[in-house]
Amino acid sequence: MTELLKTQGIRKHFGSFVAIDGVDLTLPGGRLTAIIGPNGAGKTTLINLATGALAPDSGAIYFKGEAITHLATHQRVRKGLSRSFQIMNIFPHLSVLQNVLLPILSRRGRTLVPFSRLEREHEAVTEAERILSEIGLGGARDAPAGALSHGDQRLLELGIAIAPSPVLCFLDEPSAGLTPVERATVMELARRLSQRGTTTFVIVEHDMDVVFSLAEWIVVMNRGQLLAEGPPAEIRGNREVREVYLGEEF
Amino acid sequence: MMAGRPASRLSLLVGLLVVVLFLLPLLAGRYPLYLAIQILILSVFSLGFNLLFGYTGLLSFGQAGFFAVGAYGCAKILLAVPNLFLGLAGGVIVAGAAALLLGILSVRHTRIYFSMLTLAFGMMIFSIAWKWRDFTGGDDGLVGIPRAPLTIPGLGSLSVATMERYYYVVLIVSLLAILAMYRLVRSPLGLTLQAIRDSESRAEFAGVPVRSYRLAAFTIAGLYAGLAGALLPPLENTVTPPVAHWSTSAEPVLATLMGGIHTFGGPIVGAFLFFMIKDIIVRFTEYWLIWLGAIVVVLTLGFRGGVASIFANRFLSGPVITRQSEPAPPPAT
Repeated sequence: MTELLKTQGIRKHFGSFVAIDGVDLTLPGGRLTAIIGPNGAGKTTLINLATGALAPDSGAIYFKGEAITHLATHQRVRKGLSRSFQIMNIFPHLSVLQNVLLPILSRRGRTLVPFSRLEREHEAVTEAERILSEIGLGGARDAPAGALSHGDQRLLELGIAIAPSPVLCFLDEPSAGLTPVERATVMELARRLSQRGTTTFVIVEHDMDVVFSLAEWIVVMNRGQLLAEGPPAEIRGNREVREVYLGEEF
Repeated sequence: MMAGRPASRLSLLVGLLVVVLFLLPLLAGRYPLYLAIQILILSVFSLGFNLLFGYTGLLSFGQAGFFAVGAYGCAKILLAVPNLFLGLAGGVIVAGAAALLLGILSVRHTRIYFSMLTLAFGMMIFSIAWKWRDFTGGDDGLVGIPRAPLTIPGLGSLSVATMERYYYVVLIVSLLAILAMYRLVRSPLGLTLQAIRDSESRAEFAGVPVRSYRLAAFTIAGLYAGLAGALLPPLENTVTPPVAHWSTSAEPVLATLMGGIHTFGGPIVGAFLFFMIKDIIVRFTEYWLIWLGAIVVVLTLGFRGGVASIFANRFLSGPVITRQSEPAPPPAT
């Protein structure tokens, strides 16, 4: 497996709170990885550092062997990094189609086109429609995204995250706040997208049933550090992980 | 739902309005023409402002600065070279350059910080207009600005000295500017700006360099303010520092709020209302701004979508960006 993302001794503190305390992590391509750990373990901060939403205090980040530590977010997106957000983050006043269209136009270098009508961007629109049918929102094409149900908005967010055709995509609690039925739909979609093989997914999730059924590799974080990593069976048997996070009954 | 008929009804209405505007000099006297020119100028000014506010989510309180740069720029050129084309083009270009320069500093911030920065830059431009007597004429302003002939190199020259002729210049230039903006907000660039308004972080993660696009919107708004400003001195034959004052910056804000920030035509409807209401109120009291303020408060509290959206919802298809079922209006700053 090729190495996609590598962090070397990255640290990040907020005031006196050390959110990430020297993490060395390597994420290979093609392996669905889950990051788990208690609240405040640094999971989201790690994603923020990897994708450029935050800059590390020290350490280095490599993507496909290239140092990206000081690249802006939009530059990392161009290189093939993408993400979804823990707190719903869509474009509520744009149509469902337009939500997915924007990252596609951006990838195609079309966002600065000033006077041509959107509908003229045939290739991009076709691509966006394909993603919509893939995430099951083809019927809501022209509805304002903000009017969708919470579950559908989560599906849309996944659609926006994969629209840039990323090599590596972080999903930060994609099923947060969903009903069990909606959760199953979102997770099934994540599984299907992952099996397509064009994008490697890294998922942060609190639902351990989901994590252990979906992930091929599990990274456990605690207090800003890596506690353990390995295949699900190994993590399930890890005594330290059971103590800090999983609990004995799991 | 009912896209076909109301859309064509809107086109018919707009077409009719344009015909009336072209026939106006035959139907009305000098004062209505003067008022119409003022409305067209404020329409262009407000449309540029709303590209920033309604479409990109940035509330600028300093647009009068660029309006003034356009006005003084055009005036200085017309005093030196009597060619209206050069005056207008020059005014637009210097205003655009000023917006690009101050925009680099302003778009580093958003929300109230952006608003305060633009207010400060606007007042700096006002101070320059007020204090730099050798160049701007100080509080006397620049006087004797000619309504110079419109000379386009290679095409010929046209005298526009009469009010009727100058009205046609303003009308055609404004319609072109409105058309360009209409195309712009429906283009990929327009979509990108609206996406930034909705969610800066999501747009950044869609691969959009957000700050550069904000700067683009700021510069375009500056170009529109400059164009509006440049159309004024040939009308009034003078230009004085109040055009740069923050109260001038408030005009597109008020017009846009009255007309509606979520409808493309909102700022135009608002510009019309602004001058109509002002024209009626000043007949009764010199404190017209108080009454206008009260009307804006009522309209803003009672009809958050503005007058244009009430009209659009009742008689035509839904407004351009949002529908009735929208979850919440975009953040006001």
